[in-house]
Amino acid sequence: MAKARVGVYICHCGVNIQSTVDVSRLARFAATLPQVTVAKDYIYLCSDPGQELIRNDVKEHNLNRVVVAACSPRMHEPTFRKVLGKAGLNPYCLEIANIREHCSWVHHDIEKATRKAESLLAATVAKTRLLEPLEEKEVDVVPSALVIGGGIAGIQAALDIADTGFKVYLVEREPSIGGHMMQLDKTFPTLDCSACILTPKMSDVGNHPNIELLTYAEIAAVKGYVGNFKVTIKKKPRYILEDRCNGCGQCASYCPVEMPDLFNMGLSQTKCLYIPFPQAVPAKYVINPAYCRYTLRRECKQCEPVCKDLKAIDLKQKEQLLEVEVGTIIVATGFDAFDPVIKPELGYGLYPNVITGLEFERLSSASGPTAGSIAINGKKPKKVVFVHCVGSRDKSIGNEYCSRVCCMYTAKQAHLIREKLPDAEITVFYIDVRAFGKGFEEFYDRVKQEGITYRRGNVAEVYKKGGGLVVKAEDTLLGQLLEVEADLVVLAVGMVPSAGGAAVGNLLKLSQSADRFFLEAHPKLRPVDTASDGIFLAGCCQGPKDIPDTVAQASGAAARACIPLSQGKVKTEAQVARVEEQLCRACGFCIEACPYEAIGLTRIETRGIARDVAAVNEVLCKGCGACAAACLSGAIQQKSFTDEQLLSMIAAFGERYE
Amino acid sequence: MSEFEPNIVAFLCNWCSYAGADLTGTTRTSYPPTVKVIRVMCTGRVNPLFVAQALHRGADGVLISGCHPGECHYMKGNFLARRRFMMMKNLLEFMGYDPRRIRMSWVSASEGKKFAEVISEVTRDIAELGPLQPNKS
Repeated sequence: MAKARVGVYICHCGVNIQSTVDVSRLARFAATLPQVTVAKDYIYLCSDPGQELIRNDVKEHNLNRVVVAACSPRMHEPTFRKVLGKAGLNPYCLEIANIREHCSWVHHDIEKATRKAESLLAATVAKTRLLEPLEEKEVDVVPSALVIGGGIAGIQAALDIADTGFKVYLVEREPSIGGHMMQLDKTFPTLDCSACILTPKMSDVGNHPNIELLTYAEIAAVKGYVGNFKVTIKKKPRYILEDRCNGCGQCASYCPVEMPDLFNMGLSQTKCLYIPFPQAVPAKYVINPAYCRYTLRRECKQCEPVCKDLKAIDLKQKEQLLEVEVGTIIVATGFDAFDPVIKPELGYGLYPNVITGLEFERLSSASGPTAGSIAINGKKPKKVVFVHCVGSRDKSIGNEYCSRVCCMYTAKQAHLIREKLPDAEITVFYIDVRAFGKGFEEFYDRVKQEGITYRRGNVAEVYKKGGGLVVKAEDTLLGQLLEVEADLVVLAVGMVPSAGGAAVGNLLKLSQSADRFFLEAHPKLRPVDTASDGIFLAGCCQGPKDIPDTVAQASGAAARACIPLSQGKVKTEAQVARVEEQLCRACGFCIEACPYEAIGLTRIETRGIARDVAAVNEVLCKGCGACAAACLSGAIQQKSFTDEQLLSMIAAFGERYE
Repeated sequence: MSEFEPNIVAFLCNWCSYAGADLTGTTRTSYPPTVKVIRVMCTGRVNPLFVAQALHRGADGVLISGCHPGECHYMKGNFLARRRFMMMKNLLEFMGYDPRRIRMSWVSASEGKKFAEVISEVTRDIAELGPLQPNKS
């Protein structure tokens, strides 16, 4: 490439940079740097006129490299690469000096911030002079998607992608899809029956020609990159052959072993040969090996002869590993309900009439253990107390966030109690009521008028007195200590990221935000993307959400996941490793350092002498640069991050400007 | 010595610590203007040569910061970096530098506050060691 002609552009970002960094001084400083042809400052470089300024200068001054001193490259590097592309330059002849996030926003002293910005700019220009144009290659995209998690988020995402015309693998670790939504009784604020609106969608998933449903299965390994992920799925043994079982359930009636019914939150018993709930999809039975006498001790086998026609029972079934190839992945691993055992003062686990909101849903549900009757051990409560914010907005247990659904589900549950037990005394202890969604405030208002007492106060303790419970709280409006009698206490437990989701996050290398939910690529503008191309988030794995928000986000994630699938091609990483064959001594250190098996030895011939050198598979290389740090001779280098380029920055930073 | 503001070069990985440092900015959490960042895609890219050169060319200290162990975007780059870092300390000591001048930390993309704390800490520690002078660590 010809001698570098660098254009330097310094953004004011309104006052964001300009108020702390002296931008005109910075421009004058930039003009003094070697090989800088032109240096300008401008109010908003990312705006259309800002971009045009750069494009015009590239032509007018015959620039071949550009430095933009502005916000983080994680923000606008793609924008300015496009500007270079439009101006006829290679998009990789661009470097960004981060003088906003790393300078003007974190420092206050104008003199010091400007000096630091000068140093950042000098180093960036030094590197830019040494940049080389890079080539982007394209690879084909496998036209299918993987959806991890079969709750409402995963169901919606899978249906949208499948309806678009692409193949979807929907993986659910439980024996049926449906997730938490299936456990709910009514949904706020419309009081729709949760199962009634969910089961048609579940049935659609089960019958969709484009959806391959893999239940009782987990993700074991993920390799590859956007467009070409290779996913290993571990299918746990059901001990019932899915393709033979017709769901008649005769076998279960012969099973002699009972276990807690987890779908009913352990509030009832079920057989260890069971179907999670009647509308399960797939409608196939399953044997829990932790309880089954055969899997535990090789005895019993009473179920096997019952299924003599279909022969669907296979007590020797083994775990299966499946490999699938997909272009994109949607993570929809959902949430776990907060376990209030962590807050022993509330008496959960100690008193049977202290229950969680989710347990209440099962009690209230017509398909639940009491067929919808609100009763604990057969006794209907007369005094019910709800406690808000259990496990949310609570620094003492490390959950500072609001779970966004508890205020409204409590209002709904209070309403359901009023409906079923018209004479019950109902008290709700809240910190603040957050009724922010469509129809929420109206619903909350309606519930308050149904003879339900809302008291603003923190609950300190739930304890036993005589035959009943006492809820001790401080009314923070009256400044009074209160003791309210109760024979049912419902804890409005919040959401925590699902335990299974964390394992998926590790496999996919997803970042978490401070609340431990998965981190989106940008909180405002890329709310369903992750930092990894081709991997998207849907539902509560990204943060607590109600059902409408979850469905909307799932459809959003599905639309995003369909983009590479419908384009059919993706660009591969351009900043990959390259080998200077003359320097390579075939030691293989780079091969060892490479996490992607992208490097191998290849035989070349120089002046008639055959020898081995390292060779990079550019499709497999993801551009981490580990090989370049391992190489003793400097033969293997990461493009745009070469030793020479990074050393030039180091040298520039070493110069002191005082 | 309290007036001395050290010159520190930081190698931050793109996915965790660089993003964490961006978050420090977005949330307007301030820290001393002592650190200048070189973005690498992964801390696994950091060659011992870079650290030696940084000290040789005028930095008073070097920080390497990446994803938490087990959270590397490239699976094992931060482990490679950690292993190299341990060796680098010995190497730098052998070369006559105080090994306390180099520091490694784990800062995730959501730990903006931690990044500011790390910078304040490193700045204080390096400032205590004083300016790096040739032949005198």
